[in-house]
Amino acid sequence: MNAQAPALRDPRLNRPEPFTPPLGDGGFFQRDRAIHPPAHAPGYKSSVLRSPRQALLSLENSVSEISGPVFGHNDLGPLDNDLIRNYAKDGDPVGERIIVHGRVLDETGRGVPNTLVEFWQANAGGRYRHKKDTYLAPIDPNFGGCGRALTDDTGYYYFRTVKPGPYPWRNYVNSWRPAHIHFSVFGSGFAQRLITQMYFEGDPLIPVCPILTTIPDQDALERLVAPLDLNASAPFDSLAYRFDIVLRGQRSTYFENRTAGN
Amino acid sequence: MPQPLNYLKETASQTAGPYVHIGLIPAMAGFDIFEKNFSNVLVTPNTRGERITLEGKVIDGSGTPLRDVLLEIWQANAAGRYNHPADRSTGVLDEEFRGWGRAGSDFESGLVTFETIKPGAIIDKTGRKGAPHINVWIVARGINIGLNTRLYFSDEEAANAADPVLNLIEQPVRRSTLIAKRSERAGKAVYAFTINLQGPDETVFFDV
Repeated sequence: MNAQAPALRDPRLNRPEPFTPPLGDGGFFQRDRAIHPPAHAPGYKSSVLRSPRQALLSLENSVSEISGPVFGHNDLGPLDNDLIRNYAKDGDPVGERIIVHGRVLDETGRGVPNTLVEFWQANAGGRYRHKKDTYLAPIDPNFGGCGRALTDDTGYYYFRTVKPGPYPWRNYVNSWRPAHIHFSVFGSGFAQRLITQMYFEGDPLIPVCPILTTIPDQDALERLVAPLDLNASAPFDSLAYRFDIVLRGQRSTYFENRTAGN
Repeated sequence: MPQPLNYLKETASQTAGPYVHIGLIPAMAGFDIFEKNFSNVLVTPNTRGERITLEGKVIDGSGTPLRDVLLEIWQANAAGRYNHPADRSTGVLDEEFRGWGRAGSDFESGLVTFETIKPGAIIDKTGRKGAPHINVWIVARGINIGLNTRLYFSDEEAANAADPVLNLIEQPVRRSTLIAKRSERAGKAVYAFTINLQGPDETVFFDV
């Protein structure tokens, strides 16, 4: 027997590593700019002098973009999501009582948990509580017009308010904003930061709004219109509108456990 | 037809409008409503790091400062670590520093200020060192989708010269649009910045 003969090689040692899903860089899905309004949208006149003209520099997401501020219940007060009560002085505000609710999701359909949602709006007459708003409709002494909420573990949020009124503004001489509520949403990374506006189903001012129609994609525009949600209404109390918000999806990260599934 | 992918689409952006302060900084709109408010002061007395003031304006295409603009900043702490689970670098977390703040511009002058600390250098996921910087997000009436840019520091010349993001900017002359200039005022560092939305000195904005 030749002691020098090499041992038979176990063929399994030459096999490649078992396949595991490719690891992402933790970056967010590239933003589809075609569904957002362009910076320069001449029909909305204020955008003309306030729009960058150079190409944006595309940046591979680093930790600076995939991280972002973390908020908790300690940042909020108990009435922050109740616009009917959070500025009431001697009674309820005037207007149609409504509940607005929905989920903050990402593009993969997952709920975005524990994220801060802020909202602000005009009162039922279309007047903002703001020192720069001079519209002739009166201020409502019992209405501040702002609130905020933290989404729950499934991305769900809700608040109570009165339906805002439409109001005129200086763009063309007879431009009116449809009734709307402004939303600010954070997500988990600073590159998901988003401000948008929610509109109400059936509002005839929607198709003629110079701001809303900056959105080039009709489907994207319609996704800003909240449907009436009778099932979520409170009988003899408040109607409800449903508004889901979608933030950018995210690739998995180097740091996740490979076997935990990506 | 192949199977559908069924991704959702991101919600479209809309301008923050002229009354953004009501929702995000109600005190600037002229009223007091929340028990707790966010502000342009990022530091507590116990935050670690060099105290700095950031001070600047956002300028429109006519050369006029925006007087209704809102800025948010997001930054690492003095050790270069972001207060977020996605940052796995070895820098020490500072419990006294969230790293985020927001400020509205002055209704008369357009001046925007933040009280914060100078961040440390950032280690990226490949182990490369990035120059200290502050991430900036800008919204206002007339801005249809929030603008992302960065502020770097004029006294970090060597780090800036090696920074991978600054070096992505093809024209060296445009890199300078992101450098805040250091000076001293009453013994405290002040970094001055100008964000030009248009024109020959247009600031570099990022598609992040």
